Amino acid sequence: MPKNNERTRELTYLEAIREAMQQKMRSDSSVYLIGEDIAEYGGAFGVTVGMLDEFGRERIRNTPISEEAIIGVAAGSAMTGMRPIAEIMFSDFMTIAMDQIANQAAKISYMFGGKARVPMVLRTAGGGGTGAAAQHSQSLEAIVAHIPGLKVVMPSCPYDAKGLLISSINDDNPVIFIEHKLLYKNKKCTADVPEEIYEIPLGKGDIKKEGSDISVVATSYMVQKSLEAAEKLSLEKGIECEVIDVRTLRPLDIDIILGSIKKTGKLLCVEEAPVFGGFMGEVAAQVSEKGFDWLDGPIKRVAGRNCPVPYSLVLEQEMIPGVARIEKGILDLLG
Amino acid sequence: MKEKLYIDVDGFKIEDRFSSLNNDLKIEMLRKMYEIRHFENETEQFIIRGMIHGTCHLYIGEEATAVGAIYAIEGDDYITSTHRGHGHCIAKGADLNIMMAELLGKKTGYSKGKGGSMHIADVKSGNLGANGVVGGSIGIATGAALTCKMKKNGKIVVCFFGDGAANQGIFHSSINMASIWDLPAIYLCENNVYGMSTSIKEAFNIEKISDRKSAYGIEGLTIDGNDLVEVFNTVSYFAGRCRTGKGPVLIESLTYRWSGHSKSDAQVYRTRKEIKEWIEKDPIKRYRDILINGKILTEKDDRNLENEVIKKLQEASEFAKESPFPDPSEVEDDVYA
Repeated sequence: MPKNNERTRELTYLEAIREAMQQKMRSDSSVYLIGEDIAEYGGAFGVTVGMLDEFGRERIRNTPISEEAIIGVAAGSAMTGMRPIAEIMFSDFMTIAMDQIANQAAKISYMFGGKARVPMVLRTAGGGGTGAAAQHSQSLEAIVAHIPGLKVVMPSCPYDAKGLLISSINDDNPVIFIEHKLLYKNKKCTADVPEEIYEIPLGKGDIKKEGSDISVVATSYMVQKSLEAAEKLSLEKGIECEVIDVRTLRPLDIDIILGSIKKTGKLLCVEEAPVFGGFMGEVAAQVSEKGFDWLDGPIKRVAGRNCPVPYSLVLEQEMIPGVARIEKGILDLLG
Repeated sequence: MKEKLYIDVDGFKIEDRFSSLNNDLKIEMLRKMYEIRHFENETEQFIIRGMIHGTCHLYIGEEATAVGAIYAIEGDDYITSTHRGHGHCIAKGADLNIMMAELLGKKTGYSKGKGGSMHIADVKSGNLGANGVVGGSIGIATGAALTCKMKKNGKIVVCFFGDGAANQGIFHSSINMASIWDLPAIYLCENNVYGMSTSIKEAFNIEKISDRKSAYGIEGLTIDGNDLVEVFNTVSYFAGRCRTGKGPVLIESLTYRWSGHSKSDAQVYRTRKEIKEWIEKDPIKRYRDILINGKILTEKDDRNLENEVIKKLQEASEFAKESPFPDPSEVEDDVYA
């Protein structure tokens, strides 16, 4: 949250992301953008609208449809002194560039004994709910979070999006920055964002709502859904949920989750990706290893169903967790 | 003023810059070729004795390409290398002791024992690393070339890759990107006839890999990769072109690896006769003869030079053997910068 004396205005998530890039590009000539349709078109979701006019073609590098080369070029330029921000239009398309992400960018520091750095950000739009079906709706964060050498960031609100993106650009490692399509222009999720540049450290979670009855940990858009469920339960049943946003999946702030379950004794994990092998499995494992004594029952997960994201609205709403499923998950744990 | 000499290389009229080099530099290039040859001989001995924990891909037979190309560019220019990367690393100026230590997995190695043969890199000398993935470094090279262009630092990049890599998707998408942006990159395809066991006849339906230049609207040509002089002159010419913003080039360098693909290769896919024919085209012997015939070096000088290199390699092996292994506690160091 902004501090009291800061000058702020209300921004959308998309505007906050754009502002972070603009401010970094104004102050650091090594920062540049590379990606598909990011120039006149302004990116598939409009995040880079207007940036071509301010920074020109040299720094707003519109590319052919070549995800593998986009990430390879970003990595090679990062190794030699630039700080690229590569936009992959849909997070699903990270798979096309996976050699460059997983075998190259992620491992260069380690393979070369710490003698090379790859300060790059891969920005991409993840998540479903848009009717775009199986190849434009996935939540692939667990795949990238699994790979040592990558950092993975998933902001859930405009304030975090700006501060986390500034930190990601300043970081000397490859950072996968996954934005959510349903947050970009979401009027329900606009917020006061400071005009100044500020950093939110990677590896620090945030308690979005305090509560003492149950801990709910979530990522990205599921933080907003969890908050909705929490508000509803507070009003209707007087149940006080503590909603935790991990903000960065790797490094993971496990302490903020452990601190919360010490208070509540109960943990519900919420994510959009299919539950099998999902990131919340890691959270649950770490909590059971490090915080078992504070738990008064099993950890439960509310997550995507184990299928690709379907097209039909009816099926899509069944696949992706909504407020009702989160509410039910909370009530089940409270018995 | 001395008149410039030109040679014809695959249809290009290229200035013979080699002729105007001073003798010390010409001899230095022979020394580098010997260093590569004997480094690989030493490595082979370590393999036989079971002292190399992983695998190694030897560069014997291809020395003229690495040395000719790297001596044709400036010391602070960049290169990216391949999984057969010892030759490029040595030619770019790496320390033989530190390299050998890395191969033996020692703490004193370039990557403190974390990379080994396939990930050998000397970033300080502009070598952005060998690469375990065939074609994996083509994007990285293109990115380094973008840095050179954006920072206007006058540097260029030589991207080494093999015939096998020319069939990877990243070859296509990277060279296309370099072409549309006129990046200062020399894509140097070391066509050594086999991608592991698969011959170029089986993997291509075109006569020359450099014919792919027309797909990207760039220049390209095929050269004799066992002729150091031709490699030097060609790369030198195109390096100059790159530096003046004329964009990338695709050079196919025809050569041959004498050894098997890696340490576990029974070589059932090629004949002894074929190997013998290529050994007769030894790039080192060929270059040495040029220097001796040109009275730049005597037979005796040559023997002394090679013996000096052999001694240096023995020292490198000793250094590597005596160096300590990394401490197991270091295993998670350097994952992040």
